[in-house]
Amino acid sequence: MLDDFFIRALLGGAGIALIAGPLGCNVVWRRLAYFGDTLAHASILGVVAAVVAEISVTLAVFVVAGLVALLLLFLQRRTVVSTDALLGLLAHGTLAFGLVALSLIGNRGVDMMALLFGDILAISKMDVVVIYVAAAVLSLVLLLIWRPMFASTVSAELAEAEGMRPRIIELVFMFLIAALVALALKLVGALLITALLLIPAASARRFSATPEVMAWVSMIFGCLSVVGGLFASLFLDTPAGPSIVVSAGILFLLTLLPIYRNR
Amino acid sequence: MKQESATETANNHGESLLSLRGAGYRQRGRWLVQNVDLDVRRAQIVTLVGPNGSGKSTTARMALGVYRPHTGSATRNRGLRVGYVPQKLAIDWTMPLTVERFINLTQRVPAARVQAALQRTGVENLSQSQMVHLSGGEFQRVLLARAIAREPDLLVLDEPVQGVDFSGQISLYELIADIRDELQCGVLLISHDLHLVMAATDQVVCLNGHVCCSGTPSTVAVHPEYHALFGERAAATLAIYEHDHDHTHLPDGRVQLADGTITDACPTHQHDSSN
Repeated sequence: MLDDFFIRALLGGAGIALIAGPLGCNVVWRRLAYFGDTLAHASILGVVAAVVAEISVTLAVFVVAGLVALLLLFLQRRTVVSTDALLGLLAHGTLAFGLVALSLIGNRGVDMMALLFGDILAISKMDVVVIYVAAAVLSLVLLLIWRPMFASTVSAELAEAEGMRPRIIELVFMFLIAALVALALKLVGALLITALLLIPAASARRFSATPEVMAWVSMIFGCLSVVGGLFASLFLDTPAGPSIVVSAGILFLLTLLPIYRNR
Repeated sequence: MKQESATETANNHGESLLSLRGAGYRQRGRWLVQNVDLDVRRAQIVTLVGPNGSGKSTTARMALGVYRPHTGSATRNRGLRVGYVPQKLAIDWTMPLTVERFINLTQRVPAARVQAALQRTGVENLSQSQMVHLSGGEFQRVLLARAIAREPDLLVLDEPVQGVDFSGQISLYELIADIRDELQCGVLLISHDLHLVMAATDQVVCLNGHVCCSGTPSTVAVHPEYHALFGERAAATLAIYEHDHDHTHLPDGRVQLADGTITDACPTHQHDSSN
């Protein structure tokens, strides 16, 4: 079954969507949409690092995105520049740095289009295995920190006063996003990762009365988007990554129809 | 419920839950509050009063460990379970959050306890409502319900009744005193409603960037700094309140009754201070 490239794409995409759902909800609640984008931009630099160091692209992107997250935390505490300006600075700074570095090493067969928009139909059996192992680990971490993470999202002050450690939770959360960026890069590309985080979560909002329900519903919307996008790409011969995002967008528009009244 | 006899209450009263010693905190080069000495003991209600910007919330945050004091020290008992009602809390509309889920925010609370806490604060019909849809007064009642549902050792309440209607304020302050009796928890209360708060409080700490004066309500009420800070009207309100009572708290903690005799305890449990 895994010999069929289409099945591999479906499985890989669904694996990413399952993790992107709950993480994306937290991104929406914390208003960190631009943060995911920044890490995604930085992933180009990670790819260059992987080529130079001859290590796994996923690992290198995770490390570079994690470092950029740490740099952001450091800059937030050291400067008077607002966070959104810092994110813009880091996003475009690291992207430009990555593109310059890529040209300096002479490209070495890096496919720019695949990097930016993904190549989900080209994922290997090994990629699928990596996605599911990583998804299992990330889910476990998410489950462990879910209550303190949500409490810190509602109020870091309240969480800390009642014995939680919001700063550490924030750090773990940033690394979870970095890991997702690293996993999703090959599938949907640097420019579309944020869409996978945000759109299913946004679609889930009006069907959800609690954070947990919203996380589950966004996983379902994410999987529907992957399936819908991949079949559209198969029948319409459109690029797979963008098709997934388009189908997520259409689902979001459908949720705006007045078919169910939110409480 | 942990209803205990009067003797045990008196014994428990000694255990200090948290103490600030010469604690000060500054932000952007400006001292928000300095040199605060403060103790909250088990089953004791300590009230912070003071004008806007006098450092009440800053003091509460130092007591909670959210702010680390720049001078002096803040110590809390190990493993202290804290229930906190912050002065400000904004729930983002992007967050789906029912009242029931909010009560479970920092710990899992059995459904029966959630319902009991909501009932005591008078919002038992709101458990499935969205937090963003609550009115100001309902929101405060839910915040208080959440703090007491944790069955804390220490309650820190930063203006807990803001936006609540007048008769509701009185009953919520009575509830806070009842909770103190049941859980034998310490309470650090911040309030503007001097005359309402004094009814239940054991210790008053009057802040204005530093501790102006502190002690039992009656000693603070006659303190010149208190008069200077709040004006004669507020002081008079407090005096009227004190006159409603048949006894006076002396500075040394003993009690002088209306007939002039001095005892170690209050004759009635009208405001339930066991000092």
